[in-house]
Amino acid sequence: MSSTVIESGTAEHPVSEKNYLNADHTLKSWLLTVDHKRIGILYLISVTFFFFIGAIAAAMIRYELTSPKGILLSSEVYNKTFSAHGIYMVFQFLVVAIPAVLGNFLIPIMIGARDMAFPRLNLLSWYMFMTGGTLITLSFILGGVDAGWTFYVPLSTLSETQISLCLVGIFITGFSSIFTAVNFIATIHKMRAPGMTWYRLPLFIWAHYATAVVVLLGTPVVAITLFLVVVERGFGFGIFSPELGGDPVLFQHLFWFYSHPAVYIMILPAFGIINELITCFSRRPIFGYRFIAYSSLAIAFLGFLVWGHHMFLSSQSAFQGIVFSLISWVLAIPSAIKVFNWTTTMYKGSIHFSTPMLYALGFMGLFLIGGLTGLYLASIDTDVHLTGTYFIVAHFHYVMVGGTILAYLGGIHFWFPKMFGRTYSEFWGRLSAMIVFIGFNLTFFPQFMLGYLGMPRRYHYYYFAPEWQFYHILSTAGSTVLGFGFLLPGIYLTYAVFKGKKSGPNPWGAKGLEWEHTASPPITENFAKPLLVTDNVYDYNPDEDSKMYEKEYEDDSMLGGVR
Amino acid sequence: MSDHVHHNPADGPEVYFQYEDIDQQQESYVVGMWSFLATEVMFFGALFLIYTLYRWKFHDTFFLAHEQLNWKMGGVNTAVLLLSSVFVAFAVHFAQMGKWKIVNMFLAGTLLCAGGFLVIKTWEYGAKLDHKLFPNHSFTYADPNHHETDSFWETSLPKKLQPDKHHQEGNPENARLFFSIYFTMTGLHGLHVVIGIIAISSLMILIKIKSSLITDYVPVELVGLYWHFVDLVWIFLYPLFYLIPK
Repeated sequence: MSSTVIESGTAEHPVSEKNYLNADHTLKSWLLTVDHKRIGILYLISVTFFFFIGAIAAAMIRYELTSPKGILLSSEVYNKTFSAHGIYMVFQFLVVAIPAVLGNFLIPIMIGARDMAFPRLNLLSWYMFMTGGTLITLSFILGGVDAGWTFYVPLSTLSETQISLCLVGIFITGFSSIFTAVNFIATIHKMRAPGMTWYRLPLFIWAHYATAVVVLLGTPVVAITLFLVVVERGFGFGIFSPELGGDPVLFQHLFWFYSHPAVYIMILPAFGIINELITCFSRRPIFGYRFIAYSSLAIAFLGFLVWGHHMFLSSQSAFQGIVFSLISWVLAIPSAIKVFNWTTTMYKGSIHFSTPMLYALGFMGLFLIGGLTGLYLASIDTDVHLTGTYFIVAHFHYVMVGGTILAYLGGIHFWFPKMFGRTYSEFWGRLSAMIVFIGFNLTFFPQFMLGYLGMPRRYHYYYFAPEWQFYHILSTAGSTVLGFGFLLPGIYLTYAVFKGKKSGPNPWGAKGLEWEHTASPPITENFAKPLLVTDNVYDYNPDEDSKMYEKEYEDDSMLGGVR
Repeated sequence: MSDHVHHNPADGPEVYFQYEDIDQQQESYVVGMWSFLATEVMFFGALFLIYTLYRWKFHDTFFLAHEQLNWKMGGVNTAVLLLSSVFVAFAVHFAQMGKWKIVNMFLAGTLLCAGGFLVIKTWEYGAKLDHKLFPNHSFTYADPNHHETDSFWETSLPKKLQPDKHHQEGNPENARLFFSIYFTMTGLHGLHVVIGIIAISSLMILIKIKSSLITDYVPVELVGLYWHFVDLVWIFLYPLFYLIPK
């Protein structure tokens, strides 16, 4: 991105020689920081912690399912285990991970600002997130929750487990997301550097803007819905209880009015990351910038109109079903636009298979499968057969894990040198990307077959059809590989934070303000001097850039293989 | 981060380190507040949807149950809140002119109205509790065995504000649903009033001690926006619950 430094009239801005990591070493300086980069790191540590809790629950589920009769857990404990898996992964990891870690860290730098619009609110968001996470954890320590992450009534109102406490935790986490979204919107609207017009913004920013809009309009609805469940449990208000004249399906409508857009809260920031990775490692400008930018907004908008496809079998009228089915199909168009544009961006590019690019390519393949199998579920007649089976489980794991987590890992690897000023081992990086890809497919592809054959989700036994054991064992074996693949980055990235080789400000030869105008790691104020942006983003040139990139890093193991 | 605050040359308002100038700072605050209000609209929007659906489904009983509410007290409360909004509007106006003493006077007026609203609400809730209309396990509605008693919260009112006597009629379960929604929505609205009282009092204290946080009118404007929103929610709640036509 072409931009110049404004030289005059800004000498009063304090400039420190230190970077944001070593500016102050006390614990207090971390816990009371208002620096968006440090808050991003705080989130990085906390979401990793919650991810591991969710992953342990997943491992228990997979181990239980290796036998048709169940070997480890009672029905009750199994219910609590998959509830824990869903609640931690959805509310404490997937919804938060990319916006709160990479979004927090990168948005101000990418648009040329010194910080978020509301730095203190940003810190408050983290504390609310941790409070929510603590309450959820407390609810599991005090006995657990058995209603799944969806909390369908009347199960969640009649269950005698710690549901109220858990819901209060989710409510608080929800408001943490809302405050982050308010911050993103104000920052993107008002904090851009001079010359940084809307169409010069990196697509990462467009994706986060669309995400923030969805969070802002969707989260309050689920917050009030879960609040009503708490009130129903606490006081006996009967808004969703059939015996009190209420309608349990109304809960489902309100829940999915948020929770379907929530999958776009998870995947839109992932799309944003993929734009950056594909352009950088193909050394080409993005193909169809405006199409991608607007498709993010289209997904955000249409995402609010498709919640009914979760209720094809829940007393919804056939006509309603047809409309929801139709809009769900329409929603595939903006998603497809993105995939086509990424593919076209790579065409005649100079492709390097560095670790982030491997994750990006893995993302595209898995998201394609996840997206296309979504169409089976968006069609009423096939959904009648597949609903409530492992087909759905496989579908949304392809989108959420194959999509969001792969993009998240790709993003972490891509911006790792920027965040910590060091590089990781490219060999281990590429190896773990391959392990994750293989392990993921081995885990979840057999679940498509299982679902098609009729294995119901949320069951911990299948003694009525022992022939499914083969697929379950395949899946469990895959999940072991996958778990190993997730563990590896945890090890070599942690090692690299302290012992990695020092990297320059722009080890990838990438474009964008964060690479071209900040040090690695950036100083607390991000930029030494104010910027004036003068040209479009992604001004890569496949021929020249590639030569420069290769020459500069001829002996460097960061350069990804033969192209 | 107070060491990063930089001042305008003309000794104008303080600009925080992340902003280039005062305009950017003020506009960011206003954009942030409006975004938050969009969230609040959706928050109450879901409840309005629930109310609309059940009102449509159980039309008859909802009408009969609403006659148990005291529309006169609700009306007084509406007037009190509208007056408070006028005070806030004046406070913002004088904040823009920098007349901080007058601002605090108007904010005090707002606080008085907000307190008055909660007092009137207490009288309403008290009467509902006495008549066992709070939808918990002790809820009774249209029960022939239940003898109606006079409630202190009604007899203590001036004659003109005492409720019209209506017999409890209709399906008790649906009436319970009506009161569930009534208490949820007015309760959440009341909670917002309490938050507003906290915000306005803090603002008044900050103005009084000439805090460095209050250097221009924007904090008053933000609290004002929030208070207008709280007012607006009630403007919808009052006709929907107290005045619904047959």
